[in-house]
Amino acid sequence: MGQFQTRSRKAATEAQTAEAEDAPVVVQRSSASLTFRRLAHDPASVIAFMFIIALVAFAVGAPLVEAWTGHGPIEQYRETALSPVGLPVGPNAEFLLGGDQLGRDVLVRIAYGARVSLLVGVLASLLAATIGVTVGMLAGYFGGWVDVVLGRLMDLVMSVPFLLCALALVSVFGPSLPLSVSVIVFFSWTTIGRVIRAETTSLVRREFVQASRSLGAGHGYILLRDILPNLALTIIIYTTMLIPNAIVFEATLSYLGMGIVPPTPSWGGMLAEAGANSIYLVAWWLVVFPGLALLASTLAFNILGDGLRDALDPSARGRAVLRKKKLTKG
Amino acid sequence: MIAFLIKRLTFGVFVLLSLSLFVFFLFFVAPGDPARVVAGDKAPEAQLQQVRENLGLDRPMPEQYLRFVTRAAQGDLGFSYRNRQPVTDLIMRRIPVTVSLVFGGVLFWLALGVPIGIISARNPGTWKDRLGQVFILLGLSFPTFVLGMLALYTLYFLPRTAGFTLFPPGGYAPFLENPAKWAWHLALPWTTLALVVAAIYARLTRGQLLQVLGEDYIRTARAKGLTERRVVYRHGMRATLTPLVTQLGADIAVLLGGVIVIEQVFGLQGVGALAVQAVQNQDRPIIIGVVMLGGLFIVTTNLIVDLLYAALDPRVR
Repeated sequence: MGQFQTRSRKAATEAQTAEAEDAPVVVQRSSASLTFRRLAHDPASVIAFMFIIALVAFAVGAPLVEAWTGHGPIEQYRETALSPVGLPVGPNAEFLLGGDQLGRDVLVRIAYGARVSLLVGVLASLLAATIGVTVGMLAGYFGGWVDVVLGRLMDLVMSVPFLLCALALVSVFGPSLPLSVSVIVFFSWTTIGRVIRAETTSLVRREFVQASRSLGAGHGYILLRDILPNLALTIIIYTTMLIPNAIVFEATLSYLGMGIVPPTPSWGGMLAEAGANSIYLVAWWLVVFPGLALLASTLAFNILGDGLRDALDPSARGRAVLRKKKLTKG
Repeated sequence: MIAFLIKRLTFGVFVLLSLSLFVFFLFFVAPGDPARVVAGDKAPEAQLQQVRENLGLDRPMPEQYLRFVTRAAQGDLGFSYRNRQPVTDLIMRRIPVTVSLVFGGVLFWLALGVPIGIISARNPGTWKDRLGQVFILLGLSFPTFVLGMLALYTLYFLPRTAGFTLFPPGGYAPFLENPAKWAWHLALPWTTLALVVAAIYARLTRGQLLQVLGEDYIRTARAKGLTERRVVYRHGMRATLTPLVTQLGADIAVLLGGVIVIEQVFGLQGVGALAVQAVQNQDRPIIIGVVMLGGLFIVTTNLIVDLLYAALDPRVR
């Protein structure tokens, strides 16, 4: 996949401009650009991508939502957001998505909660990808005992009861944002690590790596300049697929009271508060809106991840379907 | 085969030892004084000292660890700091709830996921396949607790406000006392668990079967004039079984931890709930016990999967 990407692109464009005068223009596209062109033809992926952009804008613009509604994320509006008997009021003109059990504005809290979800989801996925790619590349490139040791390490991490260990860690250090991110990273780098290891193992045997080596390139050069660029698309796809899992993981930790510390708004924490004393049974908006925000976000990242994977390797899906169709007709 | 088994067994023991070292070290370096937890906030220093001596907390770390490991290997996980009951007993009392949840959940998700995958793979590109794909995407994206809360709201609360009880709000009824009541109480937790996990199985079955149905030996089977049913279920599914078993092993293995959330949503007093309460109470022996149990569960399941794997696929041996 795309091993010619690093080939002198300059030479190609020079040759093109020379010929452009009289011949029809032939644009040389890299594998990456082809992938993204295919992706743009998949309406589901495009919608998912636009949703993610909107979500990022919503999270970044949380202070604007706060200014627009005039409600702070942790301020309690006991007069207006709670009914005389102390129950939260439903969605209305002042509180568009209703108020919560303490009289806070659900909309503003969802906006600030989006920051936590996105920050943890993206940060944890990037860190996990960095570790996974490093370990996977080293194991796949060097093979031998390095591969055995690192492979065993991945097996070990995968045989650890992660949610229970997270519980143990939280009981010692207390819940916090950095701890949530570390726990998620520690338990999710292995998935990408395995994929990268497998791909590196097959790349190492390719001619262009042998050529590079015979020209005197060192290990570091080959790993960073020859192999890494060829893994770029795989890395992007698997990192995208890590994000929804990390978002759900964070929400789960917060739901169990082991993630973000209240009153800082987080979607998981909001759902936990709604679940406490079953208050959501009389105030459906406390579950529906944060739940919908969470679901829509993970759905968008999952759709985008699937779309990216199909766009990268359109033959895998199309071929199987085609073969099957031919057979049933024949 | 024996060599393979010994290798896997050794690794299992290695995993458990690493895990015990991790939790033990974690709690050894942890701030906070366990003696305080045991004796209470107002206990005088002399009493604290007595407690430390009784629990062996004044000993050096390697000695404490060694004592813990030898006792744990015999099934003795120490005593709860809060109510002085043996941790093993506390866990054993919670096991039926968690096992019931896991057992039903696994049956439900297999019964749901695998057929959806088969239908999808047999009708690629049609509306059935599309529907299957939507199910897969939703299942993969739905956080368990959101689905659980929605299920409680629509299937317990709405019927109750309308005047009848469709499902209970949660809780557990022992199987031996009344199996029907047991199933009725667990129906919603099972369904919630199954809906979320079934998506993985539907996707796996669909992908594998699609690939297998394109193979030459399937064409041969069809050419022999076998019925489509026989081709798909005998020849096609046979090759799909191995990855399904692998996935099932991995999922059941982490389920002991995974059901924490379900237990929390539906107010089930299982092992997961015990762990959550122990964290709130700073009851370290219980946390260590549950983590070790989780590890043991994973190691055992992996071992069983390895054996099944060898039985299904002769190349592994």
